[in-house]
Amino acid sequence: MAAAESSPAPVAAEPRHGMRIFLIWLVLSLAVDLIIWFVWYPHMQPGAMSSTSRSQQFDIAIMAVMGAPVVIFIWVYFGYALITWRRRPGDDEDGPHITGGVGIQATWIIATSVIVLGLFVFGTVELIVPAGAGAGEGPAPIWRLNGVQTTAWTPGSNDMLQVQVIGQEWNFSYRFPQFGGMETTQLLLPDNTPVEFHVTSLDVIHSFWAYQLAVKADANPGVDNVAYTKPEQLGGFTVRCNELCGIWHGAMFNSGYVVSPSAFQAWAQAIQAREQHDGLLAALPRFALTYDPTVVPQLGRAVVKIDGITGANGYYYPGPQAGTPGDPVSP
Amino acid sequence: MSVPARVATLLVAFVAVVGGAVFVVFHYIGGYGGTLPTVDYASMAHGGQVNVVLQEDPQNNSVTKPDWVSYFVQDPRTHQWVHTTLFSVPANTQVNMTIKGYDGCTPLRNNFWSQVQGTIGGTVTVQQFKNTNQPLGPTRTMSVINGWSGCNVGHTFAIPSLHLFVPVPSPGPVLSANSLCGVSPCTSGPYGLEKFSFRTPAHGGSFRWQCFIPCGGGFIDGNGGPMQTFGYMTGLMQVVS
Repeated sequence: MAAAESSPAPVAAEPRHGMRIFLIWLVLSLAVDLIIWFVWYPHMQPGAMSSTSRSQQFDIAIMAVMGAPVVIFIWVYFGYALITWRRRPGDDEDGPHITGGVGIQATWIIATSVIVLGLFVFGTVELIVPAGAGAGEGPAPIWRLNGVQTTAWTPGSNDMLQVQVIGQEWNFSYRFPQFGGMETTQLLLPDNTPVEFHVTSLDVIHSFWAYQLAVKADANPGVDNVAYTKPEQLGGFTVRCNELCGIWHGAMFNSGYVVSPSAFQAWAQAIQAREQHDGLLAALPRFALTYDPTVVPQLGRAVVKIDGITGANGYYYPGPQAGTPGDPVSP
Repeated sequence: MSVPARVATLLVAFVAVVGGAVFVVFHYIGGYGGTLPTVDYASMAHGGQVNVVLQEDPQNNSVTKPDWVSYFVQDPRTHQWVHTTLFSVPANTQVNMTIKGYDGCTPLRNNFWSQVQGTIGGTVTVQQFKNTNQPLGPTRTMSVINGWSGCNVGHTFAIPSLHLFVPVPSPGPVLSANSLCGVSPCTSGPYGLEKFSFRTPAHGGSFRWQCFIPCGGGFIDGNGGPMQTFGYMTGLMQVVS
């Protein structure tokens, strides 16, 4: 009896905090991931209008599904600690000092390594498989979209449609070499057709961003920047300049449309015929991947030396710094 | 330092910073359009149409940038030329535009802009003049003014959001080289006279207009200088609903 009275009071067993946190995290993560995948994913930007936008939408959904459990773990741990390990009235005792835990450290290093390496592999695959993921690949693209290179485009085939995007302050224009090199300020594309954009500029650096198609490529003067996509839905999309290019940069946008291949062909042929009839096709320079705006084909580089055609008192193309040796136009 | 002194210092610093920001905004940003007059054509419409008259000159009458190529807008009441690029027109109205091109020709950076787009009928009428009331040839209706063939185009007038792109003719090469108007606003000298019509949208708003040739002294790397400055080669068309 005496022995029983002198023994210490039984201490309540410490709850299994780790298991509690894990179960809370598991339930919440599953719920949030299911919501992301089945509710949010179908509505994620930039949509699924093209092969590249569908790919980007998938990538963002995967990132969200992977990222949500990490965020939830931090929040759950934070909340659990605030509630369970908060200081109570009369509790002046120090907490136990923290010691190293090999298991926790190993788990942390392995988990984060797996996540980072997995994202590296996933990102690389997602860059290669959709042929550059809609980004400009420069003049010699490594990853090419499957399609047949032809000089004439046929609807319903797997012919690659060539579209040249020309940036200039402050508007985009588009040339179609498979339609006689005709040029327009409107961008129509055929549905379910591989498209090869050749993006360039005539003045400063612009950036061609067809948002819903998930195509974005810098437009640099003297550079042919190639990007691929394949429209997969009919409808409109927005083209914006994505590189600050001057006072009207914010107004440098227009609308494009994905239409049926037959409608596209009718539209392109009609413009080609009109520009042929009006003499514009003959006036345009021969189609090239880049253009030198200081060379007018009919005049060559002599354009800077011909009196009377330079406008604005003869300062149009100054060449070297005005007033220095070689400056052809300073008065 | 006493509390009142610290409060006063803080208030002075606050006023200085805010005042500086306000000055920058109004002087450098608001000043672009804020000090320019807007020529009112909105109240001059008649029968669903309004006549707007512009001229573009090789120089201008400003003190700070007299050598910049520049547009002028004619006041419909006084017929005086106003050095501005802001004008207002009514919504849902046919604008009959007249542009007198006094500046010399300039090769288009993109000859695509030789094409007339967005006008009623897809054309413009053009006539060359040696001087006021001295026509150099007949009036021609054109859908393309080839800016790379000869000396035909001086600048362009474009309202991109309305898909309006119009090349503006210049005097011929000989006249451009020897006898361009030298005092602005130009009332004499050779010029190309251009007329076209387009419709304003049914809703009101501000529509920027610009030239698509990097005209102006030595701005090869972009449309700097007069090309991006209100009052010279870019402006706003205010559509009043």
